[in-house]
Amino acid sequence: MEILVASAIGAITAAGVYLILRLRTFAVVLGMTMLTYAINAFLFTSGRLVVDLPPILLSHDVDSNHVYTDPLPQALVLTAIVISFGMTAVVVMMALGAFIEGGDDHINMPDEDRLMPPLKTIDDAKQIEDETA
Amino acid sequence: MNHWLIAPVLLPALLGPLMILWMRHDLLQQRVFGVIGSLLTLAVALKLHVMAAGGEVIVYRLGNWPAPFGIVLMLDRLAALMLVLTAVLALVVQLYGIGSGWDRKGWHFHSLWLFQLMGLNGAFLTGDAFNLFVFFEVLLIASYGLMIHGGGPMRLRAGVQYISYNLAGSALFLAALGTLYAVTGTLNMADMAERVAQMPAEDSALLRTGAVLLLLVFAIKAAIVPLHFWLPSTYANAPGPVAALFAIMSKVGVYAIIRFFTLVFPADSVIETIATDLILPAALITLALGQIGVLGTRSLTRLAAFAAIASIGTLMIAVARFDAQGLTAGLYYMIHSTLAGAALFLVVDMIAARRGGDFWLRLRPAIRNTGLISALFFLTGIAVVGLPPLSGFLGKLMILDATADDPWQTWIWGTILVTSLIALVGFARAGSILFWKTHEMDPEPGNDTDEGEAPVRGAIPPKLETDEPIQDVDDSAAPWLSFVSTGMLLAGAVALTLFAGPLTRYLQATADQLANPQLYYESVLRQQEGSK
Repeated sequence: MEILVASAIGAITAAGVYLILRLRTFAVVLGMTMLTYAINAFLFTSGRLVVDLPPILLSHDVDSNHVYTDPLPQALVLTAIVISFGMTAVVVMMALGAFIEGGDDHINMPDEDRLMPPLKTIDDAKQIEDETA
Repeated sequence: MNHWLIAPVLLPALLGPLMILWMRHDLLQQRVFGVIGSLLTLAVALKLHVMAAGGEVIVYRLGNWPAPFGIVLMLDRLAALMLVLTAVLALVVQLYGIGSGWDRKGWHFHSLWLFQLMGLNGAFLTGDAFNLFVFFEVLLIASYGLMIHGGGPMRLRAGVQYISYNLAGSALFLAALGTLYAVTGTLNMADMAERVAQMPAEDSALLRTGAVLLLLVFAIKAAIVPLHFWLPSTYANAPGPVAALFAIMSKVGVYAIIRFFTLVFPADSVIETIATDLILPAALITLALGQIGVLGTRSLTRLAAFAAIASIGTLMIAVARFDAQGLTAGLYYMIHSTLAGAALFLVVDMIAARRGGDFWLRLRPAIRNTGLISALFFLTGIAVVGLPPLSGFLGKLMILDATADDPWQTWIWGTILVTSLIALVGFARAGSILFWKTHEMDPEPGNDTDEGEAPVRGAIPPKLETDEPIQDVDDSAAPWLSFVSTGMLLAGAVALTLFAGPLTRYLQATADQLANPQLYYESVLRQQEGSK
């Protein structure tokens, strides 16, 4: 089972990283989602993998040799799921806003972010006014 | 149990939502309650500072659960110092946000401000590694809202990059925590520290992996090369006061590095000096890259952003030693660079607002209040570059002194001194373009552009700015308040110089406390009967 879980986490992580490196926001958001799935599964395994055991102690008897699974990673995963869910919603909204306002969904900053634009002049202003009118 | 410890988290957490519910449409009330919230946070931070000054580590057990099982908040000198620094910065910069009118440019500026404060305070106070992740997310989600405050395509695009980068960072953080939990079986920092200290060296491979992953996460927050790529566009496109508040955001990463690599992974534990070995070269490159950026950029806001990167580089050079002298110098420089960096962003915002939103370094006719603003820019430049008599000089001197016996001493001194000169030239160039050469120019149309086009007389018509990237000075409610708050930050730099002696002694005590992890084990894990 360990090998199955480990290779699944590895495959999802690889897919997530590949998608994050794409240049469109949609792919990046998908990649982010994949990555958080992989991380959630990873967190779950950090308390060791056991099958068919409850996450609580059923008996106070020390001698009963009672076994249980670690409950803490389950709580951590719940927190991580909630947070990553909320964050994904935020990044989707932001990407949508950037797409609507900026006109395309490229993840890179356009050249205007670094290159000094020429000063706008009165003639330009008139031209823009004419175009909008 | 001392309930004051939870106050810096609870106070903004309660006020923020109330402001959204009750005064959504009333900016005046929002301003009043926002400033009251920041003032109260400052008062609580000062109270906690007095409590922590004695050298005791004060622990607050949430829900009164015993330590390794429940979440704890812990207050030591370092946490108290960061709380006060955050509260001062937040209050002063919030006043700037009101004075410049930035808070009118979008919704819920003051609520987000308080949420940001909540996240920052929580991150400084928590003694639990997973709780640190949660507070990181709180401060990040507030910062996403603040960063795109005012809107505009460029800012939104930069915001998408900022969020994506930090989400990847959060995923890495969780991976690091999962690894560390798998090795140590605990998430309480003091408990983890004790278990790491007992760990045999042959079992340390996974632990080292976790420690380095954690270091990467904090390096993303602190913007240490090569994980700095999010910073220039984010800070340059964020609204002026928000960028100024972000001056403390990158310090959260530095704080977390100091916390983890003095308490949990000190150099005498099984991970050895891996932190120093990784951080020091990266810090030197960060410093060089930042200062060259200051010289090379053609945008005023980017100049401030690169100065922020450079300050992190200088800071990390001192912190990377993780000894008392290095930490003392680093903490002094951290206070200085937070105040000076924030002041720089505010001055830059004031200049751009008076140039009709034009933040490019090019010749324009002289701006309004040019004398006062050029004086502020001059002083801020002196502070940021590190020239006497302001605190930047003392900070750099202390760092040079602390690294005098370092094996890398030649590299460290060479980088700091040469890059200071580069930054000096960069600031001199920017200042002369902005203020000096304007006097040679005829304010009439025809000769105030480097492209040779006919310029606009006076302010550019607002219609041209389809996205108003920067606040216009005509929209500002009280320009005097902008000057007062910027002046207050610079006065802070002057005070740092005047009271350098007592402050350094306090920071020395802080560093000594950090070097003594036994104190944390005792307070968090042993002395639990008092909490009942």
